[in-house]
Amino acid sequence: MNTAENTSEALLSLKNISLSFGGVKALTDISFDIKKGEIRAIIGPNGAGKSSMLNVINGFYHPQEGEVWFNGNLRGSLKPHEIARQGIARTFQNIALFKGMSTLDNLMTGRITKMHANIFWQAIWKGKAEREELEHREKVEHIIDFLEIQAIRKTPVGRLPYGLQKRVELGRALAAESKLLLLDEPMAGMNVEEKEDMCRFVLDVHEEFGTTIALIEHDMGVVMDIADRVVVLDYGRKIGDGFPDEIRADQNVIDAYLGVSHD
Amino acid sequence: MFYRESGDFKSNYAADQQTFPIKFDRIGVAIFLVFAFFIVPFIINDYWEKSIIVPVLVWSLAALGLNILTGYCGLVSLGTGGFMAVGAYASYKLTTSFPELNMFLVILFSGGITALVGILFGLPSLRIKGFYLAVATLAAQFFLIWLFNKVPWFYNSSASGMITVPERTIFGIAVTGSNSPPWATYLFCLIFVVVFAVIARNLTRGRLGRSWMAIRDMDIAAEIIGVAPLSAKLSAFAISSFYIGLSGALFFSVYLGAAEPTEAFGIDKSFLVLFMIIIGGLGSIFGSFIGAAFMFLLPVLFKNIMVGGFGWPTDMVQHLIFMLVGALIMFFLIVEPHGLAQLWRVTKEKLRLWPFPH
Repeated sequence: MNTAENTSEALLSLKNISLSFGGVKALTDISFDIKKGEIRAIIGPNGAGKSSMLNVINGFYHPQEGEVWFNGNLRGSLKPHEIARQGIARTFQNIALFKGMSTLDNLMTGRITKMHANIFWQAIWKGKAEREELEHREKVEHIIDFLEIQAIRKTPVGRLPYGLQKRVELGRALAAESKLLLLDEPMAGMNVEEKEDMCRFVLDVHEEFGTTIALIEHDMGVVMDIADRVVVLDYGRKIGDGFPDEIRADQNVIDAYLGVSHD
Repeated sequence: MFYRESGDFKSNYAADQQTFPIKFDRIGVAIFLVFAFFIVPFIINDYWEKSIIVPVLVWSLAALGLNILTGYCGLVSLGTGGFMAVGAYASYKLTTSFPELNMFLVILFSGGITALVGILFGLPSLRIKGFYLAVATLAAQFFLIWLFNKVPWFYNSSASGMITVPERTIFGIAVTGSNSPPWATYLFCLIFVVVFAVIARNLTRGRLGRSWMAIRDMDIAAEIIGVAPLSAKLSAFAISSFYIGLSGALFFSVYLGAAEPTEAFGIDKSFLVLFMIIIGGLGSIFGSFIGAAFMFLLPVLFKNIMVGGFGWPTDMVQHLIFMLVGALIMFFLIVEPHGLAQLWRVTKEKLRLWPFPH
């Protein structure tokens, strides 16, 4: 499972990121990198800045200080949809699916950055537009097979139970065929069985498509099992970074999680 | 039941993605279109043309346009009347300035001009949404009507301040003006409605439609997935206004013949179209049509029954119609908040299972 050791090239590196909202410092001087082909977990207590970190990575927040290097290039100030085009996809902590659309349409929307037919062809549904639609449908069907959601293909996602919605959301992120996949608590609120399913999907994605994954998760068992490397945040600072075994033994991390009196 | 989808299997994605996946529907629509194009023109008379079919077609087009903006992209607009006026005045200016221009092109260009105006008034939607956007579009409504009243250039400085359509012919047959035969105006409108309904369907099921719906359902997620909010919202405004412009141009040149902005394109028209799509079904092409038919035909129907059938006085009937239509709108919205299109869908689903509901 140690693909990270084989390739040492960083896909994404964050250098001295600081982010604040008015007087509140959300992130302070954080640096870490995500290597090509690894599963990188970001953990930390509630309010540690994990989701803010993901928001910085996909361009929803712009840090006041620091640099983001993606795929070997320093990233300027881009809009989130431009960053999506560069190859970063994500899922959300609170499901952010398009509730009025079917599962299939949600996944097709995930491929929107890859569709280019102009409005004329779309209007008459011929030529490039039709070809493109069928081509991408095939790709999306592959993902539907992979996630075992064939039966709900045409169901509006608003009607689906929570666990399936989470799965569809993963599917939508997968449909983008991104270089980097950000998963914000993909297993939150699931029972053991659903968690097992989700873990299997995440690992399969990683193995089958070779996608680099950054993962926020609270379930330590899951994190220690599937992550290649772990970074630990607390109060907007990085307090640990390393292989799961090192993190498990790190005194700072244990203190942050169990709480320790500061006297 | 002869209406069913079981046994109708699809073996490729193209077949699965077609607009009417059920064979029975396809046959039904084909028969309906043949009837509309080849039989109705021979039997249509002046009353049916002027009071029922042409206005329903024109309003359907407007409802279709607003549905693209509000139903598919989630942007509420109260400027429909104003945009219809843009279409009407554009067609008037075009056809009086270039009398040789084919009427089809006049209507299409009017739609194009309205699309540009729509983009202009759609700019605030990048910053505001919901009720606040509705208020911003309300400003468009009042401003445009004021403009068409105020600047004589728009109505060619006619003494009455009204615009009157000159007679224009296509293949030697008048489609505008008082000498136009009912079947000609009917076919003229029908062609626009059918062609643009198909285009609306294609646009809404493809990439563009998905980007609109993504913005509607969850704008932040849409942006993170790669939908550019600027182009999605402005394209919705442009295409919606194009449709509304077409309908305004047809409304003026084919249906009304002469118009005065405050009267013909007032704020009540904006609300009328909004009610049409709410009653018909937001985010549904079919819903735009039944919504338009419902809102326009119901008063006509009541009037025929009460005045024609019972011989009641017209003014009393007028008030009764207001109350009845209002009550019916409430009734339908309570029964099915997602509109008549959804009601139709649910009915079909129930019929499919009938007589075994589970």
